[in-house]
Amino acid sequence: MSAYAGDVAALARKDLLLEFRSRDTLPAMLLFVVSALTIFHFALPSGSSERAETGLLWIAIVFTALLGLTRAFAAEREQGVLDGLVLAPCDRSAIWLGKTIGVTVFLVLAELVALPAFALFFHPLSWDLVAAVALADIGIASIGTLLAAMAAASRARELLLPLLFLPLAIPVVIGGVGASIASNPGSFLGFLILYDGVFAILSWASFEYVVTE
Amino acid sequence: MAPRGRDYTRAVIQARQLSKRFGDKRVLEELDLEVPRGGFVLVTGPNGSGKTTLLRLCAGLFAPTAGELEVEARRGEIGFLAHQPLVYSELTALENLDLYGRLYRLPDRRERAGAMLERFGLWRARNERAGTFSRGMLQRLALSRTFLHDPDLLLLDEPFDGLDAEGSELLHTELAERTAVTALVATHDPEALAARATARLALA
Repeated sequence: MSAYAGDVAALARKDLLLEFRSRDTLPAMLLFVVSALTIFHFALPSGSSERAETGLLWIAIVFTALLGLTRAFAAEREQGVLDGLVLAPCDRSAIWLGKTIGVTVFLVLAELVALPAFALFFHPLSWDLVAAVALADIGIASIGTLLAAMAAASRARELLLPLLFLPLAIPVVIGGVGASIASNPGSFLGFLILYDGVFAILSWASFEYVVTE
Repeated sequence: MAPRGRDYTRAVIQARQLSKRFGDKRVLEELDLEVPRGGFVLVTGPNGSGKTTLLRLCAGLFAPTAGELEVEARRGEIGFLAHQPLVYSELTALENLDLYGRLYRLPDRRERAGAMLERFGLWRARNERAGTFSRGMLQRLALSRTFLHDPDLLLLDEPFDGLDAEGSELLHTELAERTAVTALVATHDPEALAARATARLALA
């Protein structure tokens, strides 16, 4: 394993271990996504379109991700650890990649509960929907982690992160809903792959400038 | 033999007309400073005089607003002790040092981590989470982290903060053994390190 991959693995493993011990983030994400789907189930009139139901799933996913992202750098902020990581001689993008992997894992775990709940409340899942959710997770975690790092340095972090993240999440919702309900979802899935690629590269390349003044 | 690409006759820290402002607030104003290799400079001054800011500038965590700052040390060669311990509360003392050892590419990181914890009197607490530590134990852990990778340049912010008599003695011993290190130490108690100091910088 290269030194870079080893650093990323060590940082991602550390995030999973921290969550396993503190249980700060994942239970809140699970509770939120199940509550949101339950409320949508009772709020939506019977006979609603598949588009409306799928749209609500994507709203639940985006806000669940936002909940996780607000906690993404909480452990680093608490004891100033980000300074320690930034001063280490490893490539600073490894910090972003390790954190992005951690965020993606939490999101996937939340969706492992959310998607069956959605199937139970609304309509059966399609492979296109599952593929779209998986692709969206990568994009959301990539750009969301970068923005969470930016917001962590700000005093108004709870306000700043949604302001930065939600506009950038709109294309994910459009691509996700399109891929979930379109008769030919290929172009929407392609769009999500493009979104993932662009924002993953941008975030990877710019993280160093975000964590230093 | 000196490694190529490094001038060992140059000062390790050289600041010319260095200024730092946060919005309208001037924290450092046109500071000139030269710390030679092996120099041990104590930085004193009242609260808000810019001691911490100067250390963070030298660490590369802040960018100067104006002036020039040259630090002849790479990231992995700096040992930075901040007000906060820079460790994860939910990791044990050993896990924290192991993580830093990994990121600093220390080949014998587990042995070094254990040795540093032993040196600062934390060996028995090595498997306890940092979040359960007292202020003094956290400072000892932060010192273990600072010295873990044998830094060439030490940037220490109030190193005796929270330490009891035994902890202070351990720190004195550690610093006494590192005769070649260059250090910039912000302190409210300059007498504690007066014997080691080669110069003092008083910030107003």
